Amino acid sequence: MAVKDYLRQRFFPHMWCPGCGHGTILNSLLRAIEELELEKKDIVMTSGIGCSARISGYVDFHSLHTMHGRALACATGVKLSRPHLNVIVPMGDGDALAIGGNHFIHAARRNIDITAIVMNNRIYGMTGGQFSPLSGVGIKATTAPYTTIDNNFDVVELATAAGASFVARSTAYHVKESTDILKQAIQHKGFSVVEILSQCPTHYGRKNKEGDAVSMLELHKTNTAKIGSKALEKNPVLTPRGIFVDTDKPEYCAEYEKVIAFAMKEKTS
Amino acid sequence: MKNKIRFVQGNEACVEGAMYAGIDFFAGYPITPSTEIMEHLATRLPESGGRFIQMEDEIASMCAVVGASLTGRKAMTATSGPGFSLKQEAIGYACMTEVPCVIANVQRGGPSTGNPTHVSQGDINQARWGTHGDHSIIALTASNHQDVFQITVDAFNLAETYRTPVILLLDEAVGHMREKLIIPEEGELEVVNRLRTSLGRDVDYHPYLPREDGRLPMSDFGDEHRFNVTGLFHDMWGFPSANPKVISGLLRHLVDKIENNVQSITRYKEHYLEGAEYIMISYGSSARSAIHLAKARRERGEKMGVLELQSLWPFPRELVREKCEGAKAVLVVEMNMGQVLAQVKAAVRKPGRVFLGNRIDGKLITPSDIKTYFRVIQGRGV
Repeated sequence: MAVKDYLRQRFFPHMWCPGCGHGTILNSLLRAIEELELEKKDIVMTSGIGCSARISGYVDFHSLHTMHGRALACATGVKLSRPHLNVIVPMGDGDALAIGGNHFIHAARRNIDITAIVMNNRIYGMTGGQFSPLSGVGIKATTAPYTTIDNNFDVVELATAAGASFVARSTAYHVKESTDILKQAIQHKGFSVVEILSQCPTHYGRKNKEGDAVSMLELHKTNTAKIGSKALEKNPVLTPRGIFVDTDKPEYCAEYEKVIAFAMKEKTS
Repeated sequence: MKNKIRFVQGNEACVEGAMYAGIDFFAGYPITPSTEIMEHLATRLPESGGRFIQMEDEIASMCAVVGASLTGRKAMTATSGPGFSLKQEAIGYACMTEVPCVIANVQRGGPSTGNPTHVSQGDINQARWGTHGDHSIIALTASNHQDVFQITVDAFNLAETYRTPVILLLDEAVGHMREKLIIPEEGELEVVNRLRTSLGRDVDYHPYLPREDGRLPMSDFGDEHRFNVTGLFHDMWGFPSANPKVISGLLRHLVDKIENNVQSITRYKEHYLEGAEYIMISYGSSARSAIHLAKARRERGEKMGVLELQSLWPFPRELVREKCEGAKAVLVVEMNMGQVLAQVKAAVRKPGRVFLGNRIDGKLITPSDIKTYFRVIQGRGV
């Protein structure tokens, strides 16, 4: 199946701004799904609120556009009810880790087989450029006119500490790498977190003098390095990319099947 | 009749009703005085292949219920005051997306943490207007365990029939009290199952296009028909729309599908109401005291009766007006500051004859409390 067959093309052109990284991430994701040859009816895409969340309307899967921050909580109900479905949850940085932070760490703790994608552009785009918990210190935003004093979460460290069994990071610049990582994340049995650095030239780039989309994409390239690479060794302040965690541990739905089997046996004995 | 007679708490009667109705998914978060519902379902659901999950908070529980229902499951959550507040966001989402589900609220005293282990009926209006925006809602209640069982089955049935969240407004006294429950045989009570579309895979399915009878057949996530579900105003395919006609059409549909069916949704019981000059309107545990008093007064020849409401929303205005027509006085017996009183006053022809008989101190209102109110109404002194 071609990538376009996974899209609801009648809703194009999409609503993302020119130069936004989200469309590129959607492309990487669809290529991963295509390469895995997944059936459209076996995928449920659940999203919250924000620019990133609109992704679910564009894909021809079962799509659930929920409430701000609540995508993972809704997805948990879907997955536990029908464990054979591939549940993919794209989220923005504010969606996933501010209002949705509690659901994020608990989904990771349960190790429920959901693929969570954090499309991190370090800003609230849809509401017009407020800082997020992933912005970090020294950033200009409409709600930080004197620059931010708030520290940021590191998604990789947070997801790892919370118990996610697959944790990775890539960027909208590294499209093939993103596709490869997303493929592994979807195939992984357990809670997978993929952070993909995205760019928001409209609200972040302009205010923080990062230039247009092209120069912001350049930054994805120059500010990051693959884990284990010489570049990272030489310059440890670079943001590491790659797969940080890939472990095999009990998955929630599989464990619950065991509970059901045990409870049924107890009842009849 | 083996194992069909139980001596249980009201919360367990609710669980039995839910099991009878075919619940196969529960998500919840512990909160007094509703916790027994989730505790019992944690045991019961996996025994029959259902799913139970304890979520990280009430918000997540309500969200998980919505997700589960969309895959075709009969899903429920249970909570009390503070948790009910947290669930309102996703209850509104379920209204907007027309996802069948049941929310039990075993009421305790509020606002805020309030009075966790004592009885109150203070969430009547929150059940109606707790979530933001125009919408309509169904809320049911019951005063004894047999009725809790029946009304829980009804809650699931109405949720499926109208594709809507249904609120089960129990209270601490009914929830924690123990009394006899006879579990009906299979088939004895009606159970409404999910209405699914009969359209084949190659036919366009419209998840939000009502049939002629007003019902909307569903398709489960994971089945052939792929569609969009969103909390935004949406068209008949489920896709966001800012078209004024689509917006007003959907809002009217969400309200009308319930308000136009008040008669079929209304549940009530009459106790000694025939020819009653003094009528008590009550519900939940406070109705038990009202019924007790009416019985005693009837034995003395006084014409006193009780209209026990079992559906509070949509409020049965016509019923209340009709039943109260000939009454000298109507006393609304409830454990709040007059939430149902306001509805009754708005419903009857002579609102000046409607009085409030309440108790708001965490104690169950007693027949003698109600007697005192009648002494005042009847001008016999306190």
